[in-house]
Amino acid sequence: MALDPTTVRRIAALARIHVEDAEAETLVGELNAIFGWIEQLNEVNIDGVDPLTSGAHMALKMREDVVNDGGYPERILFNAPDRAGDFFAVPKVVE
Amino acid sequence: MMLTDLTIAEAQAGLRARDFSAEELTLAHLNAIEALNPRLNAYLSVGHAQAMEQARAADAALAQGDTRPLLGIPLGIKDLFCTMGVRTTAGSKILRPFIPPYESTVTANLLRDGAVFLGKTNMDEFAMGSSNMTSHYGPVENPWKRRQDEDAVLVPGGSSGGSAAVVAARLAMGATGTDTGGSIRQPASFCGLVGVKPTYGRCSRWGVVAFASSLDHPGPFARTVRDSAILLASMSGHDPKDSTSADVPIPDFEAACDRGVKGLRIGVPREYHSDGMPEEISALWRQGVTWLRQAGAEIVDISLPHTKYGLGTYYIVAPAEASSNLARYDGVRFGTREDGEDLRDLYERTRADGFGPEVRRRIMIGTYVLSAGYYDAYYLRAQKVRALIMRDFNKAFQTVDALLTPTAPSAAFAQGEKMDDPVKMYLNDVFTVPANLAGVPAASVPAGLDANGLPLGLQVITRAFDEETLFAVSAALERAAGFTALPTLRAGV
Repeated sequence: MALDPTTVRRIAALARIHVEDAEAETLVGELNAIFGWIEQLNEVNIDGVDPLTSGAHMALKMREDVVNDGGYPERILFNAPDRAGDFFAVPKVVE
Repeated sequence: MMLTDLTIAEAQAGLRARDFSAEELTLAHLNAIEALNPRLNAYLSVGHAQAMEQARAADAALAQGDTRPLLGIPLGIKDLFCTMGVRTTAGSKILRPFIPPYESTVTANLLRDGAVFLGKTNMDEFAMGSSNMTSHYGPVENPWKRRQDEDAVLVPGGSSGGSAAVVAARLAMGATGTDTGGSIRQPASFCGLVGVKPTYGRCSRWGVVAFASSLDHPGPFARTVRDSAILLASMSGHDPKDSTSADVPIPDFEAACDRGVKGLRIGVPREYHSDGMPEEISALWRQGVTWLRQAGAEIVDISLPHTKYGLGTYYIVAPAEASSNLARYDGVRFGTREDGEDLRDLYERTRADGFGPEVRRRIMIGTYVLSAGYYDAYYLRAQKVRALIMRDFNKAFQTVDALLTPTAPSAAFAQGEKMDDPVKMYLNDVFTVPANLAGVPAASVPAGLDANGLPLGLQVITRAFDEETLFAVSAALERAAGFTALPTLRAGV
């Protein structure tokens, strides 16, 4: 199915990316070309096939569920665009 | 012989014999960088003072008889690896101000073994690209030139384009890269280098800026197979900080280079013959088959029936994972920020401004294929096709020890080519993507030149965690190919 500008704007909103109207038009064409090409996967018979999430050839390791790191707010906040004390600061959310 | 022309193995010997000092070796590279990098744009930042300090420390250790494998060896580091106190951008505007307060495990392993870091290398933004053209910090010039057209500026491939260019131009003895769909092997092929994507889990991903977590593989670039084995040995190893890093022994990769291929069964997958592949690439592939047969391998015709669906699967799975991984760039905790009317507007404007067009496009593809109503049709289907691709490899490796294919469907192309249609650019990775989906190790080895004098690589793929056979076959190809051509732009020319 082909994407339209409304769907593209909905996807952009879900992705939290601001899109101007003119850009939405361009994206419709590009995304439709990409999804049109991806349609080829519909030829594949996937009956009875279990989905594969990773190419990892091993079982994941478990570890103790304990705190083993932390306690350095200066390092955590070092790259913050804006901070207030030991917190990340954002524009006022509640009036 | 210039110091910058030495292989890592030769430099190891020279440093230990005190034929030259680590300081001299590092300085030779820094001088070459100063001369050539303004043109190539392959390093985004150069750590002159830090590199010289590391080199002096290496000299002091060498004087004490220290034999750590990379002592005094100058390397380039892809700007996707977090380096403590050194700006790490992932080629993106959004990370322009980011200075990691920690060191990635792979770079920490290299430092543990004595390596000298010259600088951080340019790359496609968030490793999304096959030409280095999506970098926010400008494209990289491939040091190789077309024989008949020296003015054409070619791409080094991508996404690890800067790493490939610095090793080819002798601005580093080796470099780190990452490979999510071909981002080490394709630039290695375009720049006449050896590039290794090891088994998924062989190298820790901790501290590597995430693109698609189930597909991202750190690995080395080098000018010889042996050098790539030396680097991979150092980069590898279990890391408790990455639950997908494998707790398995690290074999002697370097020794495996001398094994030869006598008695090995090499598969030639018929599905890798693609329509429109240049005849010189087909011819080189046939030549590679002949070389391996002459070296004592048995050649087996084999089928990987789902090969053609690899790229389509990749362009669902990789954007899906990227859309999740890149959700962290919100203008709040690190990176750039664009102010907005409210918090949501701040997120949306920060991300629209901070991400380039290719990254925005892939995040949106990923968001769509994971969204309610489309998950089953796209993402779940792609995961099932991925299982079939993995099954193809498992079946093939029941009868063969390694696969031989071309690395890329073309030689390096010019900057600006293949930019009008995203799908055209994606097709660069048609031969490399399947190994990422299956997690099996693969390497590109320079095997010949095209009619324009540009390098072409052949790809070797082996079973999971069988990098020893990967190095054995790659080294046999290297010996047979006798690839000695040099790029036009390089240190000292």
